[in-house]
Amino acid sequence: MKVRIRFSKYGALKFIGHLDVMRYFQKAIRRSGIPIAYSEGFSPHQIMSFAAPLSVGHTSEGEYMDIELADLPKEESYPPKEGAYSPQAGLSESGLRDALQAVMVDGISILDVQFLPAGEKNAMASVAAASYLISFREGTILPSDWQEKLTAFYGQEQIPVIKKTKKGEKQMDLKENIYELELKENGTIYMLLNASSGGNIKPSFVLETFFESIGYELPAFSLMIHRLETYKNAGNQTLTCSANQLIDQTPARSASQLIGEEERRLVPLIWER
Amino acid sequence: MRKLALKDEILLQAEKPARYIGNEVNAVMKDKDSVDVRFAMCFPDVYEIGMSHLGIQIIYDMLNQFEDVWCERVYSPWVDLDKIMRRENIPLFALESQDPVKDFDFLGITIQYEMCYTNILQILDLSGIPLLSADRKENDPIVIGGGPCTYNPEPFCDFFDLIYIGEAETRYRELLDLYKEYKAKGWKRRDFLKKAAFLPGIYVPSLYDVAYNEDGTIKERICLEEGIPETVEKELVKDLNNTYYPLKPVVPFIQITQDRVVLEIQRGCIRGCRFCQAGQLYRPVRERSPQLLKHYAMEMLGNTGHEEISLSSLSSSDYTDLPELLSFLIESCAERRINISLPSLRIDAFSLDVMNKVQDVKKSSLTFAPEAGSQRMRNIINKGLTEEVILEGARLAFEGGWTRVKLYFMLGLPMETEEDIQGIAHLCNKIAALYYETVPKEKRTGRVQIVASTSFFIPKPFTPFQWASQNTKEQFLEKAYLTRTSIAGELNQKSIKYNWHEADASVLEGIFARGDRRLNQVILKAYEKGCLYDAWSEYYKNDVWLSAFEECGVDPDFYTVRERADDEIFPWDFLDCGVSKKFLLEEWHKAKIEETTPNCRMQCNGCGAARYGCGVCTERQTMDVTSAREQGGEAL
Repeated sequence: MKVRIRFSKYGALKFIGHLDVMRYFQKAIRRSGIPIAYSEGFSPHQIMSFAAPLSVGHTSEGEYMDIELADLPKEESYPPKEGAYSPQAGLSESGLRDALQAVMVDGISILDVQFLPAGEKNAMASVAAASYLISFREGTILPSDWQEKLTAFYGQEQIPVIKKTKKGEKQMDLKENIYELELKENGTIYMLLNASSGGNIKPSFVLETFFESIGYELPAFSLMIHRLETYKNAGNQTLTCSANQLIDQTPARSASQLIGEEERRLVPLIWER
Repeated sequence: MRKLALKDEILLQAEKPARYIGNEVNAVMKDKDSVDVRFAMCFPDVYEIGMSHLGIQIIYDMLNQFEDVWCERVYSPWVDLDKIMRRENIPLFALESQDPVKDFDFLGITIQYEMCYTNILQILDLSGIPLLSADRKENDPIVIGGGPCTYNPEPFCDFFDLIYIGEAETRYRELLDLYKEYKAKGWKRRDFLKKAAFLPGIYVPSLYDVAYNEDGTIKERICLEEGIPETVEKELVKDLNNTYYPLKPVVPFIQITQDRVVLEIQRGCIRGCRFCQAGQLYRPVRERSPQLLKHYAMEMLGNTGHEEISLSSLSSSDYTDLPELLSFLIESCAERRINISLPSLRIDAFSLDVMNKVQDVKKSSLTFAPEAGSQRMRNIINKGLTEEVILEGARLAFEGGWTRVKLYFMLGLPMETEEDIQGIAHLCNKIAALYYETVPKEKRTGRVQIVASTSFFIPKPFTPFQWASQNTKEQFLEKAYLTRTSIAGELNQKSIKYNWHEADASVLEGIFARGDRRLNQVILKAYEKGCLYDAWSEYYKNDVWLSAFEECGVDPDFYTVRERADDEIFPWDFLDCGVSKKFLLEEWHKAKIEETTPNCRMQCNGCGAARYGCGVCTERQTMDVTSAREQGGEAL
C-alpha cells in the first residue's frame, strides 16, 4: 500500500539539501518502526519517492513524499520504542503520522498522511506546479517603483527568456509558465509556477529575470523563498467529491485554468479533507 | 526558535552549511541557566571527520548525563568559513546553543593525530581565547586536552591548561566538582590548576619545567609546585560492562566518514606488535559482554535509524565471543535490512564464512596487513603472521569467489634491508600466482587485483621502537621507488597495483610524535604563517613548516633520524601508561635479535599492565601457543 506524506521544512533545516533530506527520512522511517517496503536485490533500499526537490535555503509547508508499506511484520523480536509505530495498532493515517512525527527534529514537521488510491501516480511523476511566497531579506534595497514595474512585467503577453538547461540554452516563454503572480500588501510576492519535470521554473529565476529587465541587479541572497504547496494536474479526470469541493471553495489552494484545448486543474498532492 | 550564530547569507555561502547548524537527531539541548558547567567538546578537524569519532560521542553522552553539566560540540570551521569568520570577526560557537565558545567553562579538545596541531590553534584563535595557557585570564574557559596524542603532550603543552591522560570515563566527575568549588569559593585560576594537578590522570603542564643537556636531550623535569606528582598515571576503565556508552549517538544530516552505528566490542589488543602505539597504550585488553553488546546494538540502531553497524576494536578476531555476537547480528540485521561492516578481522575460514553472509563477494575486497614483506622483518616487528597463513587465507578467499586483495605494508621499519623491501613484491606476486593456480581458467572473471599500499613507519612513544631512528624523506622515497621497481619486476606485475604515502607529512608527524616542549613555538610560528588543516594533503605546506623550524632555530632531524640511547630520558617519560619502560626496552632488544614475544593470551610477558587487575591479565591463559600462532591473516 502506498502512502503520501506532506511535511514542512523550516528554521535551521532549510540548510539541509534534498539528498540529505532523503537520507534523513530513510533513518527517520527506521526509527519510527513503520513497516516500509524494500526493493529486491543484494542491497535493498526503502521504496520512497519525493515530489519536487526544494533548494537549499528555502522553507516550505508543501513538501511531499510517497512511501510503500510492507505487509504487516510478524511479531517484533525486539520491543519497539515508546511512541514508535506499533503493528498491533494496525494501519491508520493518523497512526502513521504520529509515529513519524514522534521521530522528527525541530525543523521538519509531518503535516498530513494519506493512503493513495490504487493506480495513483507517484509524487514525483505527479508534480505539475508549486506555489511560493517570496519576501526580501531585511535591509534589501529595491528600486522605489519595483511593484508597478513587476505588475507591468507580468502583464506582458509574452516574456521571452533564455533558460539554461543541462543540455545548453533554450528559448522559451516565461509567461506561460507563470500560472499566477500576485503582489501582497505587505510587499511579499505570491507565485504559482510550473514545476513539472520538463518545465520547472524557480521563483528566483522569475524575479531575477524581472529585475534584470528593469536594469537592476538584485543583491545576492536577498530573496527569502517559502514554498506553500505542490500541485498535480487533475486535468479532465473525474474528481472525487471532496476535491471538487476544494476547487470550488478554496481557490487560494487550487487553480483551474483552460489553456487551449487542454484543461489544467491544479490540486494539491494531498487533498484537504 | 533557536537562533543560529551565522547569518543566512553566510551559511548560504559556506560549502556545507549543515556543518554549522547543530539540531541533529539526538543532539542534547538544555537550558543554559539551569546548569552549573558548560562544556564545549571539540574535535579539531572538519565536521564530517569529527562527527565520526566514537570517543567524543562517549564523552558527550557521559557529560550530558550529569544534570549540572551541558556538553556541546565544536568542530573546525572549514577553510571557506574560517576566512569569513576572521574577516567579519565572528567568534567560534558551539553547535547546540550556537553560543560563543569563549562563554563556556571548559573547552575540551581531543587530539587524535599529530597533524591537527595547528587546528588546535585555529579553534582557540577563532574563539578569542589566548593561544598560550600563560596568557589566559580568569574568565577564559579552562582548556583541557585528551586523546592518544596526549601520551606525548609536550609539543603542544603550552596551549593547554590541563591535559587528561587516559580514558575519560573515570575522572571527569571529580574534575567538574573541583571546578564548581573553585567557582563557588572564588579561587584564582592558578589555584584551581594546582588543585587539579593532584587528581589522578590530570597533567598541568604549567606546573613543570624541563632542563636540557648540551646535546639537546632532557636532563631532568622540575616540579614548580611543592608536592605535585612527578609522574601522571593514565586512567582506565576497569570494567567495560559498567560504564558509559552512547546509546543515542547524534545522527548527522550530512554524510560523514563513519555514517553508522559503532559498537566498541573491546579496548586494547593482546598482540603486542612493536610498531603499534595503541597496542601498548590501551593495555590490558578488556572485553564487553556479548549480552550487553547485543542490547547496545539494537538500542543504537533503533535510536539512530542507521542502516549499517560496524564493530570497533583493534583486532576483532581476538574478541572471545565473536561467533556468538556475529550470529546474533547477522540474524537480527538481515530482518531489518541493516548492513554489517567488519573491520580488523583476520582472514580465515570463519571470517570468510561470515563475510560471505554479510557482503557481496563480487564487489568486496579482502584486506591483509602483513606490515612487512619478509618473515625476518615480521619477527622484528612481532607481527605474528606467517607467509603460510597469508597464503592459506588468500587461497580460501579465491575459492570463495573473491578476486580483489588489498595488502598493507610499512617502509622504513628498524633494521630494514633491501631484501625485506623486495619481499613485499615477492609476497604480492605469490598471492597473484596463487589465484591462477587456485581458480581454473573457466571460472575466472578476469585478472586478480592485488593492491599493495605502503605507509612510512613513524616511531611512536610508549612502543618498543621509541628508541629507533626514523628514515629521512630521501630514504623513504628511495624505498618506495625500490618497492615499485621490485613489483614491476615480478611475473604477475600486471595484476599488482602499488600505492605509497607522501613522505613530507610523515617526517613532520615523526617530529611531533617524539618531540619536546621546544616545538610549541614552532607550531605557533607555522600557524601564524598560515599552516592549517595539515592532515589534508591539499592544505599541507611543507615549505612553510621548514621555514618555521628555521626561524625558531629548531633542528627537525634531532627528533627523527637520531637513534636514542637506552638510557635517554624521553619527553613523555613522566607519564605512566601502565607498560614499563623496562619492558619496552627488553622488547627493543629482542627486536634487534629478531626474537618474537607471544601475545597476552598465550602467556603474560610482564609488561606492567597487570597491576590494574582487569581484562586479559585476570583471565586464565588457556590458549595453547601453537594454535595461537596459526591464527594469522587479517582483514580490515
